Amino acid sequence: MKGEPKDLKFTVNGKAVELKVKPKALLLDVLRNDLKLTGTRTGCEVSACGACTVNLDGKAVRACSILALQANGHEVVTIEGVADGDKLHPIQQAMVDHGAIECGFCTSGMVLSARALLAENPNPTIEDIKKAIQGNLCADSGYTKYIEAIKIAAGKMQGGKA
Amino acid sequence: MKDFEYYAPKTVKEAVSLLGKLKGDAKIIAGGQSMLVLMKQNMIAPENVIDIKGLSELDYMKYDAARGLLLGALTTHRTIEKSPMIKERYPVLAEMEDNLAAVQTRNYGTIGGNVCHGDPAGDPSTVFVALDAKLKLAGAGGERLVNTEDFYKDYLEVDLKEDEMLTEIQVPNIPANTGVAHEKLMFQKADMGIVGAAASITVNPSSGACEAARIALSNVASVPFRSKAAEKALVGKVLNDKVIEEAAEAMAKEISPPSDVHGSEAYRKEMVKVFLKRTVKKALERAKAKS
Repeated sequence: MKGEPKDLKFTVNGKAVELKVKPKALLLDVLRNDLKLTGTRTGCEVSACGACTVNLDGKAVRACSILALQANGHEVVTIEGVADGDKLHPIQQAMVDHGAIECGFCTSGMVLSARALLAENPNPTIEDIKKAIQGNLCADSGYTKYIEAIKIAAGKMQGGKA
Repeated sequence: MKDFEYYAPKTVKEAVSLLGKLKGDAKIIAGGQSMLVLMKQNMIAPENVIDIKGLSELDYMKYDAARGLLLGALTTHRTIEKSPMIKERYPVLAEMEDNLAAVQTRNYGTIGGNVCHGDPAGDPSTVFVALDAKLKLAGAGGERLVNTEDFYKDYLEVDLKEDEMLTEIQVPNIPANTGVAHEKLMFQKADMGIVGAAASITVNPSSGACEAARIALSNVASVPFRSKAAEKALVGKVLNDKVIEEAAEAMAKEISPPSDVHGSEAYRKEMVKVFLKRTVKKALERAKAKS
């Protein structure tokens, strides 16, 4: 029947998850409402602001613009899965140390865009970083600190002393 | 968003047979980066959604000297943007992708989904018209090829029958002594183009005259618009500022662009002239550099 929930099996932050979701449920809805992972933000909901950015199979994508069922069989990482236990990820640590925070609303999306960038390109130029977070809006216009923090994190991850 | 029934076929054959069975009551979703926005606004409310994003058989990019570039419909924008082969042989496609939406959208959105969305503001359709690309459609009755410029019927309407889907985009080799360029007017990088232009220019290396031209424009009509008047004004002449200006004026007589919050009809008309001139000049320089 139309709209009947269907099985969704995927990996979220390293854990296998199984649940039933309506076909029209967005990945963002399932992460926030069903799995209570509210670190992924609901922003514009029309693919403009990047606040809902998560990593899908290691790539930055917008959770508001993907059906949850499209993640079936795939791996999702949200902000809750970025740190290693209590130890912040170098990107998070650099943002804290460098004051790249502002109000915090866009931060989880920024971290996930940066995480995908550094996985693909461990030694990015400032230009590469700007392009990687081009789709993440910061209402406080705190871009400079974000860009610098990502550059610092890349250096620390390369140097091995995060 | 309205409820719908969801299907995830495993093969193109299965997808086509589902389309046939659902008799026009179904919509295909690939990356969904354009379609979900329309569904959220209830501009479209399909009863059935067929998700083809997982069809790995359509996620490929091949080049061979005889046939040119074969792009599987599910190749992501990001794959095209990053490909060294594309940068070397079809640099205009890499340039276009660099300005097409944000990384997140390019990571999930597919080239075939963009082409089938049928938005006249879309960049790929415009560039594919300039490159004279063909679209391979699979249906219950077999396959057929259509020219990109013939694929577009009206705003968000394309030449796909109920049981058909796009499987491949075939981009011919860029001919010798030919340059191609694409640019669009954006408030900020990666916006939808308020207007855009793609030009392919072939020059005769001895006479310097323009031997062939293909000019396509975005967001000035209900479909990607090929300007035959501009092409006619260019072919056979040695291209200088005056000739290119005349081509832009000839084009402006052919179009009645839409007015909206991003630009009035008059503004679009002026701006598309500017972008036509820019891309023709850029394509010309590239053609000369190759000859």
